[in-house]
This record gives sequence, C-alpha cells and structure tokens, in this order.
Amino acid sequence: MKRLPLLMLLALLLGGAAKPRLVPDVSQRRIDIIYSFTGAELLLFGAIVYPGGVVPKRPADVVVVIKGPTESVLLREKQKVAGIWLNAESGRFRSVPSFYAVAASRPLGQVVDGRTAAIYEFGVDNIQLSPASSAPPDEQKRFEQGLVDLKNRMGLYVEVPHGVEVSEGVLYRARIRLPARVPVGDYTAETFLVQDGRVIAAAVREIAVYRSGFERIVASFAERHALAYGLVAVALSVLLGWAAGAIFGRKRA
Amino acid sequence: MDLYLPIAGLSVNVLVIVGLGGLVGILSGMFGVGGGFLTTPLLIFYGIPPAVAVASSATQITGASVSAVLAHRRRQGVDFHMGGVLVAGGAIGSVAGGFVFRWLQRTGQIDTVVGLLYVVLLGSIGLLMAKEAAQSIAVMWGKAPPPVAARRHHPLIAALPMRWRFYRSGLYISPLAPLILGFGTGLLTVLLGVGGGFVLVPAMIYLLGMSTRVVVGTSLFQILFVTAATTLVHALTTKAVDIVLAGLLLIGSVVGAQFGARFAQRVRPEWLRLALAGLVLAVAMRMALGLGWRPDEIYTVQPL
Repeated sequence: MKRLPLLMLLALLLGGAAKPRLVPDVSQRRIDIIYSFTGAELLLFGAIVYPGGVVPKRPADVVVVIKGPTESVLLREKQKVAGIWLNAESGRFRSVPSFYAVAASRPLGQVVDGRTAAIYEFGVDNIQLSPASSAPPDEQKRFEQGLVDLKNRMGLYVEVPHGVEVSEGVLYRARIRLPARVPVGDYTAETFLVQDGRVIAAAVREIAVYRSGFERIVASFAERHALAYGLVAVALSVLLGWAAGAIFGRKRA
Repeated sequence: MDLYLPIAGLSVNVLVIVGLGGLVGILSGMFGVGGGFLTTPLLIFYGIPPAVAVASSATQITGASVSAVLAHRRRQGVDFHMGGVLVAGGAIGSVAGGFVFRWLQRTGQIDTVVGLLYVVLLGSIGLLMAKEAAQSIAVMWGKAPPPVAARRHHPLIAALPMRWRFYRSGLYISPLAPLILGFGTGLLTVLLGVGGGFVLVPAMIYLLGMSTRVVVGTSLFQILFVTAATTLVHALTTKAVDIVLAGLLLIGSVVGAQFGARFAQRVRPEWLRLALAGLVLAVAMRMALGLGWRPDEIYTVQPL
C-alpha cells in the first residue's frame, strides 16, 4: 500500500509527459459597455507547458477563437423585382454566433487541414450555423456565404492573420479587437494547441460583455417599462425644446 | 468624441449627430418643416438601424416643434380648432401605423415600402412646390400674369357632409377632411419618421384652402402632438426609441432652428419655396436610385 502514491505520481508524470499543456488566461473577464465605449481590446495570453520543459524543434501552433452568444436569425435576400431591389427569399439559421473572431500563430490553412478546421470551427467559413430549411444545398451554401459576408462587413466575423504571437516557443499572446457595435452577452474565448494538424490541448475562458451604468439603466427601462420610457422620452424632448426656445427668445427680446 | 447609444447598440460621433441635427434645424427654421424627411435617411446612411432612426427622429421632431408652436401661438398663427381635429386624426393614424409597421417588419418589406413612399411623396410634392414657386417668381419678375384666383378648396372636400366653421382658418368645411388628412400624416410619421409637414402644409393650402397665415403654425401644432404619440407607439411596439440619440439631434436642431428662422426673414419666400422644392426632389431622386441600384449588401438579418 505504501507504494501506491508513488506509483500514482509516476503515472501522472508519465501521462502528463505525453502531451503539452495549456495555461491560458484573458485580460478581462468582464467588459462593461458604458457611454464612452468604442470597442475593446481583448488580450488572450498564456503558456504552453511542454513535457520536461523542452521546446520541440517544431513548436506547436496556437489558435484562439472568440465567440459571442448564438442566436436564431432569419436571413433575407434581396432580388431585383420589376426594377426594384426588394427582399424576396429568406432562410433560417438556428445557431448564429453574434460575434466570431479567430487568430492563429500561422495562416490557418497551414495549421490544420479542412476537416479539422470544420470540426473545431476554425475560420469564418467553418462556423456551424445550423440552417433550418429544406432548401437545396447550393442555395443553402449561397445563404450561408451571404450571412458570413454580411457579418464580416459589419466587423462581427473576423479572421486575424498572424494574430497569435508565440515567444520563446512557450509564451503566446493574441490581441483581438471587439468593435463598438459588439452584441451583449456571454462570450467564450477558446485556446487550442495544435501539433501536426491535430488539436492536442484546448482550454476555455468565459467573458461577459454587458452594458453598464447609464446605458444599462436606459436599455432595461426601455425594455421593461415601455410606456413610462416613451413618456419620459416625450417629456424630455418637450422640455429641451421649450428650454431652448425660451433661452433664444429671451436673448432676442 | 464618441458616445455609445444604449438602444441603437453602437457608438456614434457626437459632433456628427449634433451637426446633423443642426443642419436639419436650420432647414426647419427656414421652411417651417420638421426636417424628418432628411434626418431619417441620413441617420440610416450613417449606420443607425432603420427602426431606431425612424423612432428617434420622431422624438426629436416633438422637441423641435415645441418652441416653434409657442412662437406661432404668440402671433395668433395657430388654429387650435383645426389643429385639434388634425391631432385626433393623427393619433388614430399613428396607432394604425404601429400595426402596419410591425406587419411590414415581419414580412421583411419595411425598407422597400419606406423607400417607395419617400420617392412617391417627396417626388410629387417636390414637383408641385417647384412649379408653384417658379410661377410666383415669374409673377414677381413681371414675366407672367398673376394666376387667376384659384378655387378655394378641392371639390371633393366641398362635397363632404357635416360642415364646421374654422374661424382662424377662414373655412367652412367638413371636419372629416382634416381628420383624414391627420390620419394620413399620422401613418407617415410612424412609417417614415417624418413629421409630415411637407405633406400637411401643401395639403392645407391646396386641398383645404386654409388661410396661409395659420397654415405653418397649425401644421406644427399637429406635428407636435402626433410625433409625441408616435414616440409612444414606437416605445411600446418596436422599442426602438433611443433617448440619447434623440437628445443629441435635438440639441443641434433647436440651435439650428434659431439661425434658420432669422435667415428666413431676409429671403423672399418664393426663393425659399423653390430651394425647399429642390431639396425635396434631391432626396426623392437619391431614394429612387437607392431602390434601383444593386445594393452593396443584398442580405439582411433579422433576429427571431
């Protein structure tokens, strides 16, 4: 019985020795959207712990993925009907991340093959959108591309080339910018360690992005007490208009 | 100087928004129109979600018309009797508009309908105003004989039953006519985020035949109440009223309106009307092109 702890320790060391580990962290666990919010920069950093502290000749690659809360959306496509562009066809998607950013230490195509990229959702073209329609595959593909392109233009789906820096083979860091129109909710920051095209370690951290202070009060007031909010808006507007008129009117008199 | 808008969910440059309000304010002071027909498209162009642009610009117009209404009231330029009928029609119209707006949003045709309405309304009113202004300028220069005194009001309106006397407007017509007119502008306010002055003023002059002395004041009076009702309708249905956005626009527009009003006193009204007609036609043209051109992005998302 005395040998058991020793054996366990040995097993742990040997077992742990087989694979490198990730020790990840993010600069902020919570992002508050306040009046001066113009976007935020997230820093994802950490260490790669190789067995025995020896960095192999070909160090592993690091891929980081930040995802916003998923939502169901209806995507509409405009078509030219009688000389006017109007919404004609539409498709539903059940799990569209409201935000998606990926960064890697090398171009994604060199890090993993297409199949692995699809499994781990590396790259904006590999996001699982769960289309919920019985449309033919080519049409579904067109809609998926349309959605990704739209989000890309809005700055909500981004690929940051060479976004991850690895120094000394063991320390990595990635800077990812969240734009000003970033949707609120619970985000996940995933870090993957990839060697020879295979994901050998992964770690997840959560980030909360929420409105705070005045912005939060206004948004929740508008949502919960719609009538009161409307009345306040009208009153404020009338008051401001009246005050301005009074000030200018007196100046003129 | 950036500021985050809580309802629109994005940050905007304060100076741009205040400047936009100021520009619209100058125009509203000059021409006596609310300027919503400019604010809403410009806000959408700037990147504000269309529903938020429409709702918040209605809120802004409320504030912008307060001091103007008070000023007109001092000059006896408001027919409260007529205004009351218009407001009643407008209130019904804005509630009806709320349902229409939601229905169009669900079917995904709101953008197209808004675009088409802008083109048709602004185009026809712009042409009407341009023609009228050009005629009066020709008269002013002595190149054309003054037009034969036109009929008081449209024969259809004279045919409506149940006549009332509107003393300040100098009218003896059925209240149904302004009620229907109010209803129409109420609908427009909810759908387009415009006060409706650019429809109301010509309609009051050419269709109802109101005394021009009270036209602008009364139309502003109606706009004041109908945009307030519209803000409430939007707050309850689309939840798209952004108080911060409306406030910023308002700060710009109340200041701008003072300058506009002073400028208007120095320029002959015929030229003002011609300039307004040109502006209205330009917006209509831009909207028409927007409908026909292939948009940059043919996809739009709507959360379910």
